[in-house]
Amino acid sequence: MSINLFESILFATIVAGTPLLLVALGELVTEKSGMLNLGAEGLMSVGAVSAFAIALTMDSTVAGLVAGMVAGILLSLVYGFITIHLMANQVATGLAVAIFGVGLSAFLGKPFEAKVLEAVPRTVVPYLSDLPLIGRALFAQQWMVYVSWVLLALIIWFLARTRAGLALKAVGESPVSAHAIGLPVIRIRYFAVMFGGAMAGLGGGFISVFHTPMWTEGMIAGKGWIALALVVFATWRPSRVLLGAYLFGGVMISQLFFQSSEVQIEIPSQFLSALPYLATILVLVLISSNVKMIRMNSPASLGKPFLKENA
Amino acid sequence: MKRRMILKAGLAAAATSMMLQAPMALADDPAKIGFVYVSPIGDAGWTYQHDLGRLEMIDNLGDKVTTTFVESVPEGADAERVIREMAASGHDLIFATSFGYMNYVERVAKQFPNVRFMHATGYKGGPNFLNYNARFYEGRYLTGIIAGEMTKSDILGYVAAFPIPEVLQGINAFTLGAQSVNPDIQVRVIWVNSWYDPGKEREAAQALIAQGADVITHHTDSTAVVQAAQDQGAYAVAYHSDMSKYGKDAHLTATTHHWGPYYTEIAERMLEKEGMGESIWGGFKEGFVELAPINPVVPQAVQDKVAEVTEQIREGEFHPFTGPIVGQDGKEVLAAGQTMTDEQLGKMNFYVKGVNSKLPK
Repeated sequence: MSINLFESILFATIVAGTPLLLVALGELVTEKSGMLNLGAEGLMSVGAVSAFAIALTMDSTVAGLVAGMVAGILLSLVYGFITIHLMANQVATGLAVAIFGVGLSAFLGKPFEAKVLEAVPRTVVPYLSDLPLIGRALFAQQWMVYVSWVLLALIIWFLARTRAGLALKAVGESPVSAHAIGLPVIRIRYFAVMFGGAMAGLGGGFISVFHTPMWTEGMIAGKGWIALALVVFATWRPSRVLLGAYLFGGVMISQLFFQSSEVQIEIPSQFLSALPYLATILVLVLISSNVKMIRMNSPASLGKPFLKENA
Repeated sequence: MKRRMILKAGLAAAATSMMLQAPMALADDPAKIGFVYVSPIGDAGWTYQHDLGRLEMIDNLGDKVTTTFVESVPEGADAERVIREMAASGHDLIFATSFGYMNYVERVAKQFPNVRFMHATGYKGGPNFLNYNARFYEGRYLTGIIAGEMTKSDILGYVAAFPIPEVLQGINAFTLGAQSVNPDIQVRVIWVNSWYDPGKEREAAQALIAQGADVITHHTDSTAVVQAAQDQGAYAVAYHSDMSKYGKDAHLTATTHHWGPYYTEIAERMLEKEGMGESIWGGFKEGFVELAPINPVVPQAVQDKVAEVTEQIREGEFHPFTGPIVGQDGKEVLAAGQTMTDEQLGKMNFYVKGVNSKLPK
């Protein structure tokens, strides 16, 4: 494999992994508070359509991304209200949000179908992009890729080093105890859900504004579900989310390179297309088989409603 | 009591309105024509060209017809539901514009013998069910000539949807056209297993360019491949529509589709209550296929050559699939001097030599 080809695959892998990274980080923070929001696919879809619509009509990439985040927050508030206030089942509500979001985005996106935005140019980081092998792939990306790394660093710092991060984790481990020591459990959970919504909206916005600058129905194509699996894959650790996101991005991309490589490989393309999803299943099976690892790392109250009167 | 009265009144009203409508339908009511589209209409692409055809037909026939269309109908059981609903709701003529609708059209056509069904790019038919298709491969051959002249790496890229005969005709004709001017050419194909998935089409185009292809084309529905070529500084040959506005430097030309005159003719036959006619497979001669304006970066000599071959194809003097044609495995598929029959074309299931990819079985 030539160096050039390696660089191209790495480059494309990082692009494909970035939306997964953004969404999975948001979901991770949400789950750390004990809230299991399975609606990522729907949140990404409304984020993608809103970001595209605003970026197109206002001619501003940043405004588009903000719109995507706002849309993600709004839809996640629906989930939050139903599960936190009305204490409905989180799994069922999350699934409903996922399906509703996909449908809503198709409806909202009708007038914007098959319109195109100008591609956001790549931002080349001086010096770093001259590094051999990895330079171009890592440091000649669209700026949103760098933002995703900054967000990752901020989330690692927030969870490990701040009081607020500690409070968030306390709520996720035992909302009753957290309530007893005076933490505003409900408010913290709302913020966590909204943050997850914003990140999912941002991830959707990355797809519709940066990656493929257009909107089409169903363009999220299951990436929200992969992001959910990624959180489990990463055993709720942000740094591993990065690893997982690029791993899955790599699987998605490499099948295209396999097909067009000079040396032909005897694998049906349909199988290659299914590879990312097979990888998801495989990883979930491997991780779930280790019960101790799941129990050690997952927030203890994940998926359980908090009733103030019981505390 | 009250509720029952309202119900009765409602029934009566419905009955009168039906009685009023029935004789009117026999009079000069416009004929209802339905269109089933596989993707959104948008600004370019397969469905956009069919919709241009619909609009041209309306222009030609005025208030003698009304049309309805349904976009983004998947090629599955949903298609049958949509087609049946159209037939049941009084449409006289239905155009189903995607290959995958074929079996559903066949089933519904049997249940509605008084409705005319037209199915694009298939091979089945019936008493009230015809199929129509265009010889897209004629345009593909010509764009292959241009691609073969413009490539520097001798690698051409092809983003394809599904390995059906129509798509294989395109890949092979493109390859043969390129080889006619540049024998060293190789064509690499990526199957994205979708007619319309801009994200994947774009990634596939980028993968092809990264592996050395400097002219890429596509048999998928969106403009993503042309956009990717524009962003990466490669050339692109578009399909369906003139997509030059999506990549003014990259866009060399396009094989474009033109359905308007044919739709008008079929609708007129229906209005005049003439017979169904026969299934048709039209190319340059019938005006179904054209080339979009060629980018000025293509040298004049090449443009002249393309114009010359275009005329030969239009006049029927030249067939893109003229032997000797050698398959990918090196075996001769067609002897020298012979041309492929329509039946052979319709069953195409191989790559010609020069396609450097694996054909999915």
